[in-house]
Amino acid sequence: MNVEQIVFYFFAALTIIAAIGVITVKNAVQAVLCLVLTFFSAAVLWMLLEAEFLAITLILVYVGAVMVLFLFVVMMLDVDYAALKQGFTRYLPLGLFTALALFAVIYWVVRSKYFGSDVIPEPAKHGAEYSNVKELGRLLYTEYFYAFEIAGVILLVAIVAAISLTFRGRRERRGQSVPGQHKVSKEDRLRVIKMDAEKAPSDELEQTADQNDEQQRGNS
Amino acid sequence: MSRIKRFFRTYFLTELLGGLRLTWAHLWKRKVTVQYPEERTPQSPRFRGLHALRRYPNGEERCIACKLCEAVCPAAAITIEAGPREDDGSRRTTRYEIDMFKCIYCGFCEESCPVDSIVETRIFDYHFEKRGDNILTKEQLLAIGDRYEAMIAEDKAADAPYR
Amino acid sequence: MIDLLLNTLFIVLKIALILLPLILAVAYTTYAERKLIGYMQLRIGPNRVGPKGWLQPIADVVKLLMKEVIIPSGANKVLFLLAPILFIAPSFAAWAVVPFDAELVLANTDVGLLYILAMTSIGVYGVIIAGWASNSKYALLGSLRSASQIVSYEIAMGFALVAVLMASGSMNLGEIVEAQSGGFWTWFFIPLLPILVVYWISGVAETNRAPFDVPEGESEIVAGFHVEYAGMAFALFFLAEYANMILISVLTALFFFGGWLNPFQGIPYLEAVTDWIPGTLWLLLKAAFFLFGMIWLRATFPRYRYDQIMRLGWKVFIPVTVIWLIVLALMIKGGVGPWFSGRGGF
Repeated sequence: MNVEQIVFYFFAALTIIAAIGVITVKNAVQAVLCLVLTFFSAAVLWMLLEAEFLAITLILVYVGAVMVLFLFVVMMLDVDYAALKQGFTRYLPLGLFTALALFAVIYWVVRSKYFGSDVIPEPAKHGAEYSNVKELGRLLYTEYFYAFEIAGVILLVAIVAAISLTFRGRRERRGQSVPGQHKVSKEDRLRVIKMDAEKAPSDELEQTADQNDEQQRGNS
Repeated sequence: MSRIKRFFRTYFLTELLGGLRLTWAHLWKRKVTVQYPEERTPQSPRFRGLHALRRYPNGEERCIACKLCEAVCPAAAITIEAGPREDDGSRRTTRYEIDMFKCIYCGFCEESCPVDSIVETRIFDYHFEKRGDNILTKEQLLAIGDRYEAMIAEDKAADAPYR
Repeated sequence: MIDLLLNTLFIVLKIALILLPLILAVAYTTYAERKLIGYMQLRIGPNRVGPKGWLQPIADVVKLLMKEVIIPSGANKVLFLLAPILFIAPSFAAWAVVPFDAELVLANTDVGLLYILAMTSIGVYGVIIAGWASNSKYALLGSLRSASQIVSYEIAMGFALVAVLMASGSMNLGEIVEAQSGGFWTWFFIPLLPILVVYWISGVAETNRAPFDVPEGESEIVAGFHVEYAGMAFALFFLAEYANMILISVLTALFFFGGWLNPFQGIPYLEAVTDWIPGTLWLLLKAAFFLFGMIWLRATFPRYRYDQIMRLGWKVFIPVTVIWLIVLALMIKGGVGPWFSGRGGF
């Protein structure tokens, strides 16, 4: 067994164990972390196939962004585990049936007849000069250009749709108006009032202040 | 014109840069830190720190157990028990304790003392090593007084013209 | 087999050669920070341990090593101890693709830029798990703040890196630096000036440094996500934060300031005079400049309010980078020299 094989079997086993962990672990946060581990070890497997761009994109997008948001949501949940367990036996046959059906369908499509090691040739080994990134970029922007762009547009539409579905109209908020704050100058906020400090009982004082105000306004 | 000026001031973050310039200037200014154990700031002779019980020059303790300090103490930090002394029967304290955790260093005890017995010295850096050490007994207070008598006398003399 | 073993040993040695100086640099960054902030506040900072306080970081490390790691009751023990490791591992792993000189790089990979982005983005797991596993309100609040802040600024940072990628035409960090060769006026900081500002400020925000340190926010939520940590577990968080700071500084130097390149390249007399200076030294000098900048920022500005941080990230930085990407594309297509000459043409 060479090193590559050891690495492969190790991470393949890790992927499977972590994937089983996702559905068996009781705590939702731990399940999400198991899923992260699954993605991570899958990325290593891709790395072994010399698909380093895809491997790192998997980590960047799924581990670094998507799962963080998952974790975010799951952490805030208050799950009642006892209530979740209720009716486990009742729905077990239905669940088993669905699982088996799904497995059968997937197996029917992805069986060794189509994806066996004798059907699919081993990916060619490339030299150090070969750049997976360059090849991928070239293919995406030449041969699959339209598919790529259409996928991008679909994602954009999905974003717009998600926002328009959840947007419930403008709410009355007392937010901070940043442009307004930028426009304000010292003169708009601050008024320097000059008056004699020592003399002046209270009513006289107000008069003087008013006079000064008028003077200030006249000046500005 | 002023609007254009303000536009540039806003978008080129001039006020943030002004802040940075200020800290940059301070980086090179003379530092004002006092290197404490080696250097010390000047103290007033009226400084109120660690307590002490004084003696007369002939060695007789000043305190006559009048309990004025105990009465005036706003934090109730002073505890006094009085009784006749065995050899000459004069009224003296049999117990004089100050709880340094209760004490707020107001200096009322010193003000109230008719014989200038209880005083507060200029010592402010002292410590206790175990629980219970915070209660200073009569012997300890007298020992402090004996040790710093020169300093106490000097401070009292310096403050005397103003009293 | 023996070949393999030797090879592995050699790689481990190289990793040690990067990490040990890094840890030392982290220790002395804390010292520099305390000294500089002290000086800016008219204090003198640590000066008691060793001559001029030079042994202060060592004393700090010894203190942290001796302290007990307290695990709070109700905490998830495994995750609580795993979190600091998850935080520090990516911040060290990212150094694998950082080139210190033309040939001096541990992993010369074509996806270096993506790798760096991936590593900085998975560091957030340490923060989230630390906050959640601590079983503490403050820690949870801190980790939520930190996670949303890092995810938000990740986007601006990613866009900024796209600009670098466009300008250099490569994701290999070495090639990015090589694309800037030719003297300091051919470095990318001139055509990418807004991107540089966005990248660097996002970097400060990503490392949770002041003025973006709301995840720690000692005046609001005590110490944020690491409030329950003590001793060496806390030290790992601390170490990772400063390692990230140094990483961001080095990356800024690499992406925008020509990495290890001599700034006087192409100037007849000056180049000959400064030729003896090794490239690594230039890189470290440039990185030290940005590190100083981070400390300077901390000494100067008060903490941002949380919604202002989010506004800056989403409503200012992302539009700025997107607009500049278009400007940059036009510049490249127009073959604006000296940076993009020879690459123009429609």
